[in-house]
Amino acid sequence: MADFDTPELKDYVEVPLPQVGVMKGSGPFIAKPEHQEALGFPGELVDDWQDVAVNRLADLTKRYRGLRVFMDSCVKCGACTDKCHYYLGTSDANNMPVARQDLMRSIYRYYLTPAGKLLRKFGLEKLIGARELTRDVLDEWHNYYHQCSECRRCSVFCPYGIDTAEVTMAGRDILDTVGMGQKYDNEIIGKVFTIGNNLGLPERALADTLEGLEEEIEEDIEIPVKLPLDVKGADILLVTPSADFFAEPHVDGLIGYAKVFHQAGISWTLSSHASEAANFGMFIGSYENMRRISLRIREAALDLGVKRIVFGECGHAWRVAYAFLNTLAGPFDFLDPKYPVPQHILEVTHDLIQKGKLKLDPSENDHMTLTFHDSCNVARATRMGPKPGGQFTIPRDVIKAVCNNYYDMPSDTIGEATYCCGGGGGLLTDDLMEVRVKGAMPRMQALNTVVEDHGVTHLAAICAICKTQFAKTLPYYGFTMDQIISVHQLVGDALVWDDFEKVATGDEASDNNEQE
Amino acid sequence: MSFLTILYAALFYFATATIVFGVGFKILQYAKTPAPLKIPTTPAPVTKSGVVVRLAEEVVLFKSLFKSNKWIWIFGWMFHFALLLVLLRHLRYFTEPVWWWVTLIQPFGKYAGFAMLIGLFGLFARRFLVKRVKYISSPSDYLMLLLLIFIGISGLIMKFISHTDIIAVKAFFLGLMRFDIQPLPADGPLLIHLALVAALMLVFPFSKLLHAPGIFFSPTRNQVDNPREKRHIAGWALKLEADREH
Repeated sequence: MADFDTPELKDYVEVPLPQVGVMKGSGPFIAKPEHQEALGFPGELVDDWQDVAVNRLADLTKRYRGLRVFMDSCVKCGACTDKCHYYLGTSDANNMPVARQDLMRSIYRYYLTPAGKLLRKFGLEKLIGARELTRDVLDEWHNYYHQCSECRRCSVFCPYGIDTAEVTMAGRDILDTVGMGQKYDNEIIGKVFTIGNNLGLPERALADTLEGLEEEIEEDIEIPVKLPLDVKGADILLVTPSADFFAEPHVDGLIGYAKVFHQAGISWTLSSHASEAANFGMFIGSYENMRRISLRIREAALDLGVKRIVFGECGHAWRVAYAFLNTLAGPFDFLDPKYPVPQHILEVTHDLIQKGKLKLDPSENDHMTLTFHDSCNVARATRMGPKPGGQFTIPRDVIKAVCNNYYDMPSDTIGEATYCCGGGGGLLTDDLMEVRVKGAMPRMQALNTVVEDHGVTHLAAICAICKTQFAKTLPYYGFTMDQIISVHQLVGDALVWDDFEKVATGDEASDNNEQE
Repeated sequence: MSFLTILYAALFYFATATIVFGVGFKILQYAKTPAPLKIPTTPAPVTKSGVVVRLAEEVVLFKSLFKSNKWIWIFGWMFHFALLLVLLRHLRYFTEPVWWWVTLIQPFGKYAGFAMLIGLFGLFARRFLVKRVKYISSPSDYLMLLLLIFIGISGLIMKFISHTDIIAVKAFFLGLMRFDIQPLPADGPLLIHLALVAALMLVFPFSKLLHAPGIFFSPTRNQVDNPREKRHIAGWALKLEADREH
């Protein structure tokens, strides 16, 4: 493992005393010039970066009311100081949400407020916590704006709804604008533009992968479940995170969606042009890049002539889809108006279960006892179904319909108060392993509680990043990587196929006579 | 007319203009700045009337703060609502005849000053006793509390210990409102009280006191959760759509 200590799990999360600089460092890798330029940013740090940064901040406060109000309104009450999983896991003072905001607010006050402009003339800027934008500040931004997963937990508890995610996004936007972007995010966005997905999986390889999965399913359940690609005229375009195509446990979720569609008799297709639900444009706070990625989905929907758009299991992708897609790439008046645009795969599955269109045997999952991790972006930035809070009830209703053993984690760690997995918001990279492991502590602690109290064996999630993050961090806390699973794996495994004609696959063909 | 009267009259005209135009400017600025994306913190209301309820709960009950931290909530809420009562009670010095409901709250308003100070002392104590809050506090955060504390103390001194000529004070303020300046009594507690109040009015539009108008414009709290049903787009974002092929 790595050169840091994994936090110890206690009976409950203890709020640490703030330590100055314990997570000070050089931050994640800086983007290479080619990664920067592909996104329309300067290749390396520009000479007049100080002016560029201040002007960009001024510009952002004119473009985003949220940022302006958040910069002005904080009263430093301290309500957010014990809410961030990165603070709880690292105890670094700058990981308190208000302190993270103040890294920028101090600059905003110095250059962009009357009070700052006046006081700095007398050298009294410290009175209001203002400071000059130096190279050290820029490095501090790069480091600490990449120790925030934009999960919005602090925003729930702020009396003014100040959302540190918006500040982090602005910080990263400014860093990109001066030529100091993050390698992981920007390289990935470039891949979406050139190849179509985060993983850089070209069309040919994608087609082969899907074909392989079809064979695997057929061997397993003897039903010819298809994973169609680029089928014109299909009813549904499924847009899913590219990790679903081969990462574990993501791929079992993809197989689950395919099985649901197959059993419900719904025609669907994936798209090679829009083979990615994730939208890292959000992570870097770039409206333009987020929009450019989103437009690929519009183009694919038009090109394939589908009637509906459905998103697979992914947290921030569902935020961009649910809350932003209509804005960025709408209007979607060419789709079937009977369905919301877009829909979450869980909304589709939930609806099918309600209507009795899926035949389920929850005892298929009896070898597991489940709990559910509310993904931060789904919980605090989106909805499922028509009612507020559907994003909490719909996944649980689906899990309970396909599993007999289910327990929630403690109530202050789920729902709107859910802890981020620790790897969201563009931090899912090996160069940020320490902050990822430490940031996972509050979730691991909550998981440990239900493991000890109820014998929970598995953690179900609906986000590609959460799944990857947990697969990597569970072992640090004494669990195993296979304890994280996709919700649609549970659904897929519980589906009963005795009304379907089985295909003959070698010596298992004798099972065919089960059919009536 | 004494120099003191002219000084305080000028101070209050200046302070009033500053808070009215300063806060007015900020409100206009907030209102005109677009929120290009739907970012309500969910679960969020799906209707406009739901948003009104949500904002009312935040402004009247400090609901999010209640969820967050009971100590900050109790001190903060006590301070703000005592201050509201105190301010309403002070309307008696600016109206003639005094409105009936101002007379009605007079006995409560008198003692609310103590509740206000308890709240402020609680918040002040947290600033240096809670290490996390101490870390995030700037000198201005302490000064703002001290300013309010001294306004409260000087006010209570006048109410309960060393009365000022309140009839004359009222005549001074009614005179200011009619541009007919009347003499201000030269009492220590009164002059301190009024100077600090003017200072508060002067810093209001340039400080964190902007949280008062700010909360109404906070997109995480004031947006309707309906992005799928209704397309939301900012003016500057619409201009980007010129490149659309579809």
